[in-house]
Amino acid sequence: MIMTQMIDIFLLAFLAVISIAVLRIRDLFTSIVLFGIYSLVSASLFLVLAAADVAFTEAAVGAGIATLLLLATLTHVGREEKVNRQSKAWLPLVIVLVTGGALIYGIVDLPPFGAADNPVQTHVAPRYLLESPNEIDVPNVVTAVLASYRGFDTLGEVVVIFTALVAVLLLIGRSGRREERDAENAANPEKEGGHE
Amino acid sequence: MNEQLISRIVGKFLVPYILLFGLYVQFHGDYGPGGGFQAGVIFASAFVIYTLLFGVEKAMEIAPPVILKLVAAAGVLLYALVGVATLLDGGNYLDYDVLGEYPVAGQHIGIILVELGVGLTVTSVMMLLFFTFSQKDDEEEEGGSR
Repeated sequence: MIMTQMIDIFLLAFLAVISIAVLRIRDLFTSIVLFGIYSLVSASLFLVLAAADVAFTEAAVGAGIATLLLLATLTHVGREEKVNRQSKAWLPLVIVLVTGGALIYGIVDLPPFGAADNPVQTHVAPRYLLESPNEIDVPNVVTAVLASYRGFDTLGEVVVIFTALVAVLLLIGRSGRREERDAENAANPEKEGGHE
Repeated sequence: MNEQLISRIVGKFLVPYILLFGLYVQFHGDYGPGGGFQAGVIFASAFVIYTLLFGVEKAMEIAPPVILKLVAAAGVLLYALVGVATLLDGGNYLDYDVLGEYPVAGQHIGIILVELGVGLTVTSVMMLLFFTFSQKDDEEEEGGSR
């Protein structure tokens, strides 16, 4: 028990250190790499909480592909953050402190972490755990919940990912016309650039 | 990135195993951690490694963006059509019970198909996003706007 708590404290402290480092570093390459490490540490935390599926996703998406996409973006925007020389922003600081204080105050009212009679343990979770062997018969209950009980939600998630693709392609993708022109140019190289 | 012999050879060794692991995560999601989302990202990361080592043009020859766009849409469509199929079989939308001979078999068929749809969409979306982000530079160079 003490060991688990030590690991928790260690990982959470690591998260705090990384967040502060990300805030203070002006080199964007370094902060992206730190973001990747942040995701990896979060994945370890999820694993400590026995949420293997979430940890898996966090490691693959957060530490893996998101870092790569950010790095690819970096090649377009340059790697130094612009220095903001305007006056200190006091109002945002006050708002952040008040909101943070309210959130910490709210934690006091939360039920004890991991207690058996928490609402999260007594709501739909028992039904999923007890009934899914009969209703769905899939050993991984997470998959049963994700794909069957919450099939609508997951359909929505897939649509969100698809929408993100559509948005990116509309904003910075090559248009179909451009691809056609490239194909034309490849077919007859002597006409290259003739359309521009 | 033309002379990186060691990374190229190591990468070449890695790519097939990453693809295989992606397929394992996709189709073993019923039994262990994983599923369409994770499998899609892992599968796409194999192509990302390939792109980093051999350039975006070569990667796009293997996985043409036109086809990837179709696959991305087909994944969402597959998911939604499973719902339509359950409607036609007399159930509620995405109620897989009616798909098989008995409810549990229907659930298994439904989950496999739906996860496949998720995997297809996530794989092709991730690859297209990476291609789009890595590609933009040469367009800017051609236009001479920088």
